[in-house]
Amino acid sequence: MTPLLSVQGITKHYGTHIGCADVSFDLYPGEVMGIVGESGSGKSTLLNCMAGHLAPDAGRVMFDTRKPSGDDAAGHDTYGPRDTVTMSEPERRMLSRTDWAFVHQHARDGLRMGVSAGGNVGERLMAVGARHYASIRDQATDWLGRVEIDAGRIDDRPTTFSGGMQQRLQIARNLVTGPRLVFMDEPTGGLDVSVQARLLDLLRGLVRDMGLSAIIVTHDLAVVRLLADRIMVMKSGRVVESGLTDQVLDDPQHAYSQLLVSSVLQV
Amino acid sequence: MITLKDVSKTFTLHNQGSAVIAVIDKANLTVAPGECVALTGASGAGKSTLMRMIYGNYLTQSGSIRIGDVDLVQAQPRDVIALRRVKLGYVSQFLRVVPRVPTLDVVAEPLRALGMPAPDAQDRARALLTQLNIPQRLWGLSPTTFSGGEQQRVNIARGFAHPYPALLLDEPTASLDPHNREIVLSLIADAKARGAAIIGIFHDAEARERVCDREIDVGAFTPQAVV
Repeated sequence: MTPLLSVQGITKHYGTHIGCADVSFDLYPGEVMGIVGESGSGKSTLLNCMAGHLAPDAGRVMFDTRKPSGDDAAGHDTYGPRDTVTMSEPERRMLSRTDWAFVHQHARDGLRMGVSAGGNVGERLMAVGARHYASIRDQATDWLGRVEIDAGRIDDRPTTFSGGMQQRLQIARNLVTGPRLVFMDEPTGGLDVSVQARLLDLLRGLVRDMGLSAIIVTHDLAVVRLLADRIMVMKSGRVVESGLTDQVLDDPQHAYSQLLVSSVLQV
Repeated sequence: MITLKDVSKTFTLHNQGSAVIAVIDKANLTVAPGECVALTGASGAGKSTLMRMIYGNYLTQSGSIRIGDVDLVQAQPRDVIALRRVKLGYVSQFLRVVPRVPTLDVVAEPLRALGMPAPDAQDRARALLTQLNIPQRLWGLSPTTFSGGEQQRVNIARGFAHPYPALLLDEPTASLDPHNREIVLSLIADAKARGAAIIGIFHDAEARERVCDREIDVGAFTPQAVV
């Protein structure tokens, strides 16, 4: 099987400071990978390099692009694994609107706060060519329902939503185009625990039912245990340990992973 | 179905003076389909450790652990995940679930992960919950608020939802009343009858004698230096 994403030797420096160094891994379709580590360990730098928000100094991010369907297929005979670091900006932008999704920690970074909830979801559909108003609105309504936002709020702006609702709206906006890979940066950070649980349940169901692959950056080990199949532990920009989630959490091998796991407060 | 060959494990505690603790030394064990083997030994002998090594959440340093045709010691994470989904079930002592998810969905989840449509998976979950005497009024609630015995029965229902060919049971009858204990023992007997290879830890000696064909003393695998 071809990996959906193959990250090879990603390195990013900020001046002389190491952001992340020589990170490599393969992600297969349907897999959820968690990246954990303390603040400043390079998790977000790595995520942003993979998602095309930052240009890495070295390394490749190979994504298994799919053949465009219908009319778009003409003239597109380069599909299959392609390096997204070196592909052209328009191509990468197209990818980030179709096959990729990015869920920001702060919903306001991923939403347009001045546009209605329905508009936020519909905008992403229009970006890939949807033009029929009624069908866009129907899909937006359907997605608000899936993320448990009352359909009656479709014309309200996200500024009137609670933090948890904004986060769910951001997820709806991202998933409406049926992406294959979702990047998530602390998706449950800053939400209170009852809202977190609801969001986790939602994410788990969506990942399973849509067959999504996801990369989740978090410092919350309980979140990765419930969502991720595999994890990577990062420290000072480097991956110090990786493996099956429950194996790394139950039987950590590296000194830093042991420290991280043993530092969690028991409730 | 389950074959362990010269399996050894040590823990290295980097943050506690890099202490190295050898826990299992050259364990050998074979479980055939339809057979139930009990792990016995004093508390601390390594029964649960060995079981976790077989499930793959504890890392094995040397030897091989074969479940069907997969060697867990060498397998990639995604192969272990596939193995657990299809072939290797585990009923742990404690239920770990996403808060807020209804009991019915918790039990149906292993089947949903195998691609079974929700209505069919829920039918199977209902049958198991009924069999294990979880009152129907609780099915729509999250099991996080249930009593210890109820949580354990939910955990067992979840572990028996899919007919795994290999099954690990960690104290499946602890904290159950006699009636429910009988039901769990009959579930284990049924699993054996359909050909599952089972490894169990039972502190309840009577239960152990009823369902287990053999006993393996884990103390025999304890490294000499530690004794």
